[in-house]
Amino acid sequence: MRSTAASAPRASVSTESLSRWRRGRRVLRRFTRRRPALIGAVIIVVFVTTALFAPWLAPSNPQATNWSKIRKPADAHNWLGTDDLGRDVLSRVIWGAQVSILAGVLSVLLAVVVGVPLGLVSGYYRGRLDQVIMRLTDALLAFPFLILAIAFAVALGPSLANATCAIGLAAVPGFVRLTRGQVLAVREEDYVQGARALGASDLRIFWRYILPNSFAPLLVQATVNIAGAIIAESTLSFLGLGVQPPTPSWGSMLNVAQGFLSQAPWMAWWPGLAIVVTVLAFNVVGDGLHDALDPKQY
Amino acid sequence: MVQFIVRRLLISLIVLVLITLMVFASQRLLPGDPVRVWAGEEQDPESLAFFRHKYGLDQPIPVQYLTWLGLAVQGDLGRSIRTGIEVRDEIVRRLPITLELAFLALLVAIGLALPAGVLSAVRQNTVWDYVGNALALFGLSVPHFWLGIMLILGFSVHWHWLPASGYVSPFENLAENLRRMIMPAFVLGTGLTAVLMRQLRSSLLGVLQSDYVRTARAKGLSERPVVSKHALRNALIPVVTVLGLQAGALFGGAIITEQVFVIPGFGKYSLDGVFSRDYAQVQAVVLITAVGYLLVNLLVDIAYSLINPRIRLEGAETE
Repeated sequence: MRSTAASAPRASVSTESLSRWRRGRRVLRRFTRRRPALIGAVIIVVFVTTALFAPWLAPSNPQATNWSKIRKPADAHNWLGTDDLGRDVLSRVIWGAQVSILAGVLSVLLAVVVGVPLGLVSGYYRGRLDQVIMRLTDALLAFPFLILAIAFAVALGPSLANATCAIGLAAVPGFVRLTRGQVLAVREEDYVQGARALGASDLRIFWRYILPNSFAPLLVQATVNIAGAIIAESTLSFLGLGVQPPTPSWGSMLNVAQGFLSQAPWMAWWPGLAIVVTVLAFNVVGDGLHDALDPKQY
Repeated sequence: MVQFIVRRLLISLIVLVLITLMVFASQRLLPGDPVRVWAGEEQDPESLAFFRHKYGLDQPIPVQYLTWLGLAVQGDLGRSIRTGIEVRDEIVRRLPITLELAFLALLVAIGLALPAGVLSAVRQNTVWDYVGNALALFGLSVPHFWLGIMLILGFSVHWHWLPASGYVSPFENLAENLRRMIMPAFVLGTGLTAVLMRQLRSSLLGVLQSDYVRTARAKGLSERPVVSKHALRNALIPVVTVLGLQAGALFGGAIITEQVFVIPGFGKYSLDGVFSRDYAQVQAVVLITAVGYLLVNLLVDIAYSLINPRIRLEGAETE
């Protein structure tokens, strides 16, 4: 008796996980059929690999100065030229990928961890708490994102960690809004009402019904937000509020390059191009995920 | 309608108070003593205390806040502690510069996004559509400051066509003003162009499949009036909303754009204020920005309910 009762839910779980697996494969197939999205995904993989293996990939030490090679254009030794201190631009661009991916992924992670629970609570319980959270969200959204991030960075002192926090916090309201909207749409559905009638706890309803149904838009938003976060980090570093020298980052490289536009334009080309390509890749993948996960197209 | 606007105004007011409170609290509670920064060399306790007293910083924070709010309501935004100049005067001088920049950027964005969005929707899955989409994605992905640097590199450093930086008032010399504003306006407008174009494309694609468009086609209308008279009007509704949401982004972009092109506008003033922790300056800047943002959104809501009466009715029913 006991064993059948125990095995019944297990069976249902396994068929469910099977169908989820099938659905996952279908989404993957729809995603890979889109060529731009696929190319974007490949670029992201290359970018992450570059960041991870920077110590081995970079031809030279990104911080090693060389006074005999100041602002030299590209040659056989320095493929992308050298900067104002004679450092290898290619090596610095490769190392800069680390900063960008750290800031991009961690800040969005922070935004998800803070924003999604707030949105869940706000949309599910409604009432006064919802009012408070939504007004705060409105207030935060009225700040220009950059002013907020800059103010944080100035107050906390410029560093990569602080810039990441500032960017993450600035992205929180977006996730609160999105999650709340999803919850509002799902909470009145019959299956949620049914689960509640059967005595499911709120936590279970969140975990089993509301989160899975909100997963697709959240994933899309997160992907696109990583793109935005990478731009934000480079902007902060460009203003001197992110990564501090001599650690290479794309934004701070551009900050320096601005002073040598007529003498050494290549100093400005490559870090900027790296930002554009990376951000473009995340945006394209976000678009691809959006289309592939769109239930209207099933 | 009046009730709708009053309600929105009240909510905006609450949000505004919240914003000023948050800014005030965050400025006062964050680590670092700005008085020491301003005082510079004179670090003896007496002059520090004098500074604190002069600017009311020795009062409890709630008192400071209420004092500031009371004065701000009367239009007195205080003096910059660094320069001693009235913040209001400085803002009155600089805000028009940024508004001009934003206005030109808006023109650029609408001028590019409208034809591009319509073209790529009407010619879906053709070369036009692909090129339009690719350009829009590029516009979303390129950081303002890098695009600015690249334009300066091309048009100023290499070809010597346009000045790389500086500002001339349009009342002094309109041609010179536009010559200096064209690159910044384009840079600031790129992101907005991309967002508007994508929004217009997708909403127009949706509308073009609706029944009334099919009816219009079925009764023999040629494609041009179907798009321009019937479809576009409805497709623009979500575009207007997006425009309002982008107002904040436009200002954030203006900060960077003004920094890159050395334009002495409101954005640069904000940045300078934050960098030097000038309380009065930052508070005023945030207040003005927030008021502007909320006003724009209020206008968008009103415009929205005017274009689309359904919204207003639905809102009235639930409230």
